[in-house]
Amino acid sequence: MVKFVGDSGDGMQLTGTLFSEVAALAGNDLATFPDFPAEIRAPHNTIAGVSGFQMHMGKRKIYTSGDMCDVLVVMNPASLKSNLKWTKPGATLVIDSSTFDEKTIGKAGYTENPLEDGTLDGYHVIKAPITDLTRQSLEELGVDKRLAERTKNMFVLGLMFYLFERDLEKPLEFIKMKFSEKPKVVQANQTAMKAGYHFAESTEAIKITFRVDPAPMKKGLYRNITGNVATAWGLLAASEQSGRPLFLGSYPITPATEILMELSKHKSLGAKVFQAEDEIAGICSAIGASFGGSMAVTTTSGPGLSLKSEALGLAVITELPLVVVNVQRAGPSTGMPTKSEQSDLMQALFGRNGECPLMVMAASSAANCFYYAYLAAKYAMEHMTPVILLTDGYLGFGSELFRIPDVKDLPSIKPPMADPNDANFKPYRRDEKTLVRKWAVPGVEGLRHRIGGLEKTNIDGNVSTDPLNHQLMVNIREEKIWRISDYLPLLQVQGDPEGDLLVVGWGGTEGALASTVSRLQEEGHKISHAQFNFIKPLPKNTREVLKRFKKIVVCELNAGQFVNYLRMLYPEYTYYQFNKVQGLPFHIQELTETFIKLLED
Amino acid sequence: MIDYNKISKSPVELTKQDFVSDQMVKWCPGCGAHAILAAVGNVFPKIGYRKENFAMVSGIGCSSRFPYYVDTFGFHGIHGRAAAIASGLKIANPGLSVWVATGDGDSMAIGGNHFIHVLRRNIDINILLFNNQIYGLTKGQFSPTTPLGTVTKTSPYGTIEHPFTVSGLVMGAQGTFFARVPDNNIKLMTEVLYEAAKHNGTSVVEILQNCVIYADKVHEEVTTRDMREDRQLFLKHGESMIFGKNRDKGIIMAGNHLKVAEIGQNGINESDILVHDQYNTDPGIHRMLGRMKLPGQPVAMGVIRSAPANTYDDLTEQQIETAKKTSRIQSVNDLLRSGDTWEI
Repeated sequence: MVKFVGDSGDGMQLTGTLFSEVAALAGNDLATFPDFPAEIRAPHNTIAGVSGFQMHMGKRKIYTSGDMCDVLVVMNPASLKSNLKWTKPGATLVIDSSTFDEKTIGKAGYTENPLEDGTLDGYHVIKAPITDLTRQSLEELGVDKRLAERTKNMFVLGLMFYLFERDLEKPLEFIKMKFSEKPKVVQANQTAMKAGYHFAESTEAIKITFRVDPAPMKKGLYRNITGNVATAWGLLAASEQSGRPLFLGSYPITPATEILMELSKHKSLGAKVFQAEDEIAGICSAIGASFGGSMAVTTTSGPGLSLKSEALGLAVITELPLVVVNVQRAGPSTGMPTKSEQSDLMQALFGRNGECPLMVMAASSAANCFYYAYLAAKYAMEHMTPVILLTDGYLGFGSELFRIPDVKDLPSIKPPMADPNDANFKPYRRDEKTLVRKWAVPGVEGLRHRIGGLEKTNIDGNVSTDPLNHQLMVNIREEKIWRISDYLPLLQVQGDPEGDLLVVGWGGTEGALASTVSRLQEEGHKISHAQFNFIKPLPKNTREVLKRFKKIVVCELNAGQFVNYLRMLYPEYTYYQFNKVQGLPFHIQELTETFIKLLED
Repeated sequence: MIDYNKISKSPVELTKQDFVSDQMVKWCPGCGAHAILAAVGNVFPKIGYRKENFAMVSGIGCSSRFPYYVDTFGFHGIHGRAAAIASGLKIANPGLSVWVATGDGDSMAIGGNHFIHVLRRNIDINILLFNNQIYGLTKGQFSPTTPLGTVTKTSPYGTIEHPFTVSGLVMGAQGTFFARVPDNNIKLMTEVLYEAAKHNGTSVVEILQNCVIYADKVHEEVTTRDMREDRQLFLKHGESMIFGKNRDKGIIMAGNHLKVAEIGQNGINESDILVHDQYNTDPGIHRMLGRMKLPGQPVAMGVIRSAPANTYDDLTEQQIETAKKTSRIQSVNDLLRSGDTWEI
């Protein structure tokens, strides 16, 4: 695992992205995660201003962006201070020593220079005056000081490419493309990268280099993708497959905004994107568009979902399709906007007035956001219901390799459109098997009808306060959601279908849980893993899976929301739980310790 | 004339009866909403779109029961959100003629944000704003248009809030169409609704509506039939702003404000009276006309402003059309394969 850390503005995100692309081209499996402050430009050289990019690459399946660094690239004292604790003993540290002076060391909260006081004993340290060397390498080009300063990240990359035995051909080409309008910048960046590479070749500080061989992967066309972009593309694919135009009504909110930005680009695919005045207008415009026959979507994060609650009830009672993507972040209230958490599950399931059931599902990797966004739209339309898709900041910002599908191979989507002049049409006449009503689009002849937030009679859809009708409608709305489970894939178990311990997770924790469990399986433990992507309704075989294990532990990045949902629905089992609410993902080590203890007890 | 390029025309002539729904109208006897329903029944066949191309959207309140009583596509939303729902409906489905029925509380208190932003965007929808200066359905609390000092159930000592004037809010939010009508003049209302339908962009029609139960006769001073020629100024594009039973009074510009002048007195003759230009893009005089009030000035009725401007929904369609013609990405498969990809 490699992490680049520096002052925000040092170009760490670009550096990390480029390093990852080269790894991907070399055939490594990988996962990445940017870790940046909420502030756009926090004060220079402070801990608050540290921006990082971590990437995990390997020759075997990579499940997460990693917990502890093997190589840490440090551009200033504050970055060292805040990241050394996430570094393995004996790890390689690449450090820009030119940035370590009395002032910057003090700002980082050190009293002594950590390069000299023994702090780094036990690490393999490659320190070099990177900023100074970059400036020297560019002297002949006559570039200004500012540009020279901003090119030091390319010097570091050159050094890293040497360290990882990569050649410079691809990255030099990338620089040329990226800055194609500015030949001077291209030249400066290329020169700095080459200088970094040559410096590494000649310095005695580098005694060993690393080689990461290609991972065995299924043949196909691949690309790197972040969860938020994958979500946007999955929605576009569902729109194309269903023939229903995409409408997004949304309001910017971290960490969901990238979905809104991505969909805004794709007017050529007919996507209509409405940046609303607030979260409520985001969902209400989407409900209007859904009534109007569009595949309607609203995207948000926790606080925005709270604001959308009342309108979600409107979508439930009018039985209109709607996809709500909630890219979860640490709460409550504004909480920690750039940190990830799974604490909106109860809000998604129950956070509305009245008996208000809807479908809740979750993506579990950056790349599978594509499929789960696609499926969310499919189920929303085919079952005429709002669907909340939970992802999280970790998935949304994180990236991994994505095997590119052909849209025609994706599952079909057949919305229940009402036919023109259907003499039988009534707003709440239902399919007997699914309880789904027809989607009757304004403009289509012979289908005029009125629906809305007031309770209606079943079939006819007239306003009604009849007690028995209300009971009937409440029951139907709940039953309709549970019947979707007839169309869902069954819950898969990683490992044997029976054993000593079943590790249960949902959504974005899949990578950490799967890799921990697979290691323990290799060591011979009778441990298996089941990750839930469908939460309401649950997969039909849930009970079958749970009952075959001596112990069940439910692991979540919240205080215990899914475990309590399982306790409510399947009270006959005893559930252990492992919870963490720190705005951080699970670490393999803490999971391993927890599982071993449960296996031994 | 209505432009039938965007919304298709009915192949047969429709009548008022075509728009009567099978639902029982449940407003109080004497409520001004009945007149609005009648005017809508008059104007929809006159506008001439196919029945299926009308959609009524509402929020919450007495006004918002409206969609149930018109046999079109209808959507009864939640409190304050009709403008947002209607925005999505119109953008998604531009072939519809979208009408919003809302009240002073629904659109200017709980829905204030959506109201100003739909105006700013100039989305082509028509808003019927039932202004009865009270919350009726919740039984008599003051609203954002209740006059200062009014005693209501939540202001037993009189309100201490300055009310909105609807015209001021609409034009402050850069609204392109504003009209005002009293609820007891169905003929004028029908004409004004036709003008609203014709206008490209967000049209707001303020209806001075009487609530017989909780705010009876609040508009009486203005709307009373026997005084209406003296107290109301009926604006018509291209015509002089003359009013009064004897048509002997008019509006002139005096310095930087509007003033009532008597024709034939103090050297004022008909040519001194302002001529109404509803299409003027500068809202200056429109704002002044909207503000005129008793006593001393007549209240302006009819179309005060109908300024041409691009609509959000047209610009949306244009951007999509251009992108479809020029982009290399014509399908999701193209998109998935764009940028950096590699074979393994």
